[in-house]
Amino acid sequence: MDFPILSSLILLPSIGALFLLFANESSTKSRQTIKYVALFVTFVNFFISIYLWQLFDKSISEFQFVEEKKWLVGFINYKVGIDGISILFIVLTTFITLLCIISVINSIKSRLKDFLIAILILESLMIGVFCSLDLVIFYLFFEGGLIPMFLIIGIWGGDRRVYSAFKFFLYTLLGSVLMLIAIIVIYLTSKTTDIAKLYELGINPNFQNLLWLAFFSSFAVKTPMWPVHTWLPDAHVEAPTVGSVLLAAILLKMAGYGFLRFSIGLFPIASELFTPLIYSLSLIAIIYTSLVALMQEDMKKLIAYSSVAHMGFVTLGMFTFTQQGVEGSIIQMISHGLVSAALFLSVGVLYDRIHSRTINTYGGLVSVMPKYSILLMIFTLAAVGLPGTSGFIGEFLILMGAFQDSFLVATIASIGVILGAAYMLWLYRRVIFGKLTNNKLLNISDLNKSELFILTCLALPTLFFGFYPEPLLSTIEVSVSNLIEMYNYNLTILSNHNG
Amino acid sequence: MEISLLFLPLLASIISGFFGKYIGDRSSEIITTLFVITSAFLSILIFYNVIISGYENNIIIASWINSGTLNVNWSIKIDPLSSVMLVVVTVISALVHIYSIGYMSHDPHKPRFMAYLSLFTFAMLTLVTADNFLQLFFGWEGVGLCSYFLIGFWFKKDTANAAAIKAFLINRVGDFGFALGIFLIFYLFGTVNYSEVFNLIPEIIDKKIIFLGFNFNSVDLICLLLFIGAMGKSAQIFLHTWLPDAMEGPTPVSALIHAATMVTAGVFLVVRCSPIFEYSVLALNVVTIIGMSTAFFAATVALVQTDIKKIIAYSTCSQLGYMFFAAGVGAYNVAMFHLFTHAFFKALLFLGSGSVIHAFDEEQNINKMGSVWKKLPYTWVMMIIGTLALTGFPFLSGFYSKDAIIEFAYLKGNTTGILAAYIGIFTAFLTSIYSWRLIFKTFHGQYNNEEIKKEKIHESPIVMLLPLIILSIGSVSVGFLFKDLFISHSDNFNFWNNSIKFLNPLNDEHPPFFIIIITPILVILSIPISYYLFIKNKILTHLITDSNKFLYNFFVNKWYFDELYEFIFVKPAKKIGLFFWKSVDVQIIDRFGPDGISEIIKFFSLKAKKFQSGYIYQYAFIMLLGFSAILTFLILN
Repeated sequence: MDFPILSSLILLPSIGALFLLFANESSTKSRQTIKYVALFVTFVNFFISIYLWQLFDKSISEFQFVEEKKWLVGFINYKVGIDGISILFIVLTTFITLLCIISVINSIKSRLKDFLIAILILESLMIGVFCSLDLVIFYLFFEGGLIPMFLIIGIWGGDRRVYSAFKFFLYTLLGSVLMLIAIIVIYLTSKTTDIAKLYELGINPNFQNLLWLAFFSSFAVKTPMWPVHTWLPDAHVEAPTVGSVLLAAILLKMAGYGFLRFSIGLFPIASELFTPLIYSLSLIAIIYTSLVALMQEDMKKLIAYSSVAHMGFVTLGMFTFTQQGVEGSIIQMISHGLVSAALFLSVGVLYDRIHSRTINTYGGLVSVMPKYSILLMIFTLAAVGLPGTSGFIGEFLILMGAFQDSFLVATIASIGVILGAAYMLWLYRRVIFGKLTNNKLLNISDLNKSELFILTCLALPTLFFGFYPEPLLSTIEVSVSNLIEMYNYNLTILSNHNG
Repeated sequence: MEISLLFLPLLASIISGFFGKYIGDRSSEIITTLFVITSAFLSILIFYNVIISGYENNIIIASWINSGTLNVNWSIKIDPLSSVMLVVVTVISALVHIYSIGYMSHDPHKPRFMAYLSLFTFAMLTLVTADNFLQLFFGWEGVGLCSYFLIGFWFKKDTANAAAIKAFLINRVGDFGFALGIFLIFYLFGTVNYSEVFNLIPEIIDKKIIFLGFNFNSVDLICLLLFIGAMGKSAQIFLHTWLPDAMEGPTPVSALIHAATMVTAGVFLVVRCSPIFEYSVLALNVVTIIGMSTAFFAATVALVQTDIKKIIAYSTCSQLGYMFFAAGVGAYNVAMFHLFTHAFFKALLFLGSGSVIHAFDEEQNINKMGSVWKKLPYTWVMMIIGTLALTGFPFLSGFYSKDAIIEFAYLKGNTTGILAAYIGIFTAFLTSIYSWRLIFKTFHGQYNNEEIKKEKIHESPIVMLLPLIILSIGSVSVGFLFKDLFISHSDNFNFWNNSIKFLNPLNDEHPPFFIIIITPILVILSIPISYYLFIKNKILTHLITDSNKFLYNFFVNKWYFDELYEFIFVKPAKKIGLFFWKSVDVQIIDRFGPDGISEIIKFFSLKAKKFQSGYIYQYAFIMLLGFSAILTFLILN
């Protein structure tokens, strides 16, 4: 494959953004053009990513479609490539971004052009994260992603947007500084930042613990794990709908992906050592945030807390180092990407109409918004992890994997499944069922065409992968088993070496 | 054949659910009903083939989950056990579909209702035809979901919504145990397919396992975990509180889901897993004890309830208890037999009570009824048939199955078995009293309803009576017709084949004569007793309740389970949630985390402001200071 397909994926949205930068927003006609450009670019990108998934060879574990360019000779190499894990995240990114663009061009009124540019640049960076094969460019994409998001919250956000954006920035910055130092240390000791080479060479066991912690501090904030999760509810509440969607659906997944690719891949010994830490924080996240979610009065906050709980399952699954656990956590990330996007969009639908996110404002919507009610039910059930939805496959595999490792951990995590049902169904009941008492709601309109289209696009894969997860599972199978084999192999080699 | 049997209800549900608006109410009703009736005929055909020729089949439809060594398929497994369930599910479902056409005739959401009923039927079919634990779990949660939808069908009623969520959550507690059971099975055997798991069981019977600090025999642990799931679904004591509340749903739903089919899934699970339970003496004892406790507990509560549907709901709870202790003493076939007969007479009672409620314009309180047997002659006759069958009146269906349970429990010979037999006899007496209380208060005595004139009370339309007639024929005859097939003692013919495992053959002696005769005698005696207490001499009834005020209140308040759970689980969960949010997140993490840091930064930037005086020489001086500090540092090194 000579055509640089990955670079095209990364660059295309940026080129689109550049194009928009020089467009003027003054006339309605040019506004229309701006919308079409953004739509076209993201659609083509989605199409390419699906095509890439088709081309992708599921049976081999090596990185594919690798491109390498010397940049700063000896220090920074531009190197990209994908394996079975990254391809799914790339498709998720292009898919969600496309839906976001459709949503934005129908709802955002102020500074539409800038907003689209921010989303397109964000898309480039996110795709970059999922196919970087070099630590330095990974870092650049990873941290670069913060900036557009920071702007989206800070400019198009709600009343307390500055506080939220600042909190978001402060938290993530702290972690990323440590990660940067760790990357420099790796370069100084191993003389390379090429991931494939680092996998082969292995990292000196003496440094692993500190390096692991440095990476962890960055990933833990972004996941987010307890107790560094408090930025997420605030960021979500203040972010515009699409900001929340991108944040929940993709930005959080970059950290989960980071754990898999770097923490586990590069530092097996430290990963094994810190597994109890990850388990404890994940379990606390699952139980604690579920209980907190139960008491929320703001819909977005509730879903934000539920995201923390769901990501708790993700981190739990990865560190079981079992085929089921790791595959489960990848499926859970994809599923959460679809479902949380849909849930935030659903809240946005109501917010656009009534301008309130408070649960008590609503009630009895089923009689005025039947289509909305059906779709929201599907997503609620997927969030609850009901069999027949993608949420079930992820959660169940994670718990199954965890059970192989520790009965206690799996049992406690399973309690979270009960709590998850409690807060989601209670939310649904208070918003959708009951008598319609608020007069404002009497004339509320059901989903319009574009909303219906977007939510249906999210509902179909959620259900499809619930009944037939084979396309996902077969894509990641070889990469995951390779990851686990490598982990076990390194563990034995290095511990023998030490012993 | 199997495929269309399974997917016709799903197809009906999709048509009615998504296109009901376009094809109209009547077409939705006809399509769903016809499809499910077809399913029912196919089931009977399969059941016939199984009886006649021992037909068995295991169809793989598609692969579902493949992850590492975990390989799970979508499948249809036909064996004697699943064929019995197929008949129960589809036949009752078909009758309930027909009945619903009449019962829901004034409801504006008919297509949605029919779609849920058909969807439920599909989920229940996937449950019973699974060949692995994961598909079983799929169906298990699927029927729970449909039950949630149908309990909350009248979404404007807050009580209905609360009941729906309660049902879902308590079932989730049960499913929590069930899921852990599946994890443990996978952990021990590396597979979740029935046939492989059942074959491997004998190899691990001595294996010990430490679970949450306790040392378990692994087979015991599997059984106990699975049984927690069964307790949730079948509303056994401690996890029963959702079932009475579930009566908020429309009555056809109560008949189909909360009497005949879904709630029996727990019994089905235990029977399906007989190859595992047979190796666990501990688990079987637990099953027996829980079963008999539920049977007794629910009967005491049913004695004093005034809501016609809640009485029948507690009665269901109690009868499910019978099925469990039958399974617990190893008489799985008898448990299945009672499940089979119970489906007919309990569906009959529910649909009959629906007819009464329909006549009284949604009134459910039996104290506001009475004296209407002439007005509702068909309903009255069929309710009496149902009651006779339930109480175990000689030669009706309940007589064969319930007495068999008591006999086998007695013959088991161990302490729990004999205890269960005695409790079973006493509970049968209570059952009879509360059932006749219901009949007498509803149909006889004085007319007590002030809102509706007695003249207005009318019999239900034929579309509702037809299913009642068919069910009453079943209630009279299925016990007699199928007793040899289900619980025959002979060795040369075994209907169940390998679908039920008996480690030791069931005891085929005859129990002492008084055990056989005492239940029917009590059952017959209870009719005049109830008549005397609830019609003739109500003062005596009042005297009894007044002199035992404590016990009466205890029963009326359902042994205070709801209050206890509210106090132990619900309130603390909310309090802890609030504490974590307001105190930990906001007061601790944020205060010392980001807000604290930003305070510090603000503090220093204020200090720093003082340095920004604007005079270049001051900057130069500070730069010099810094520069010399670095130099000093370098030199010293």
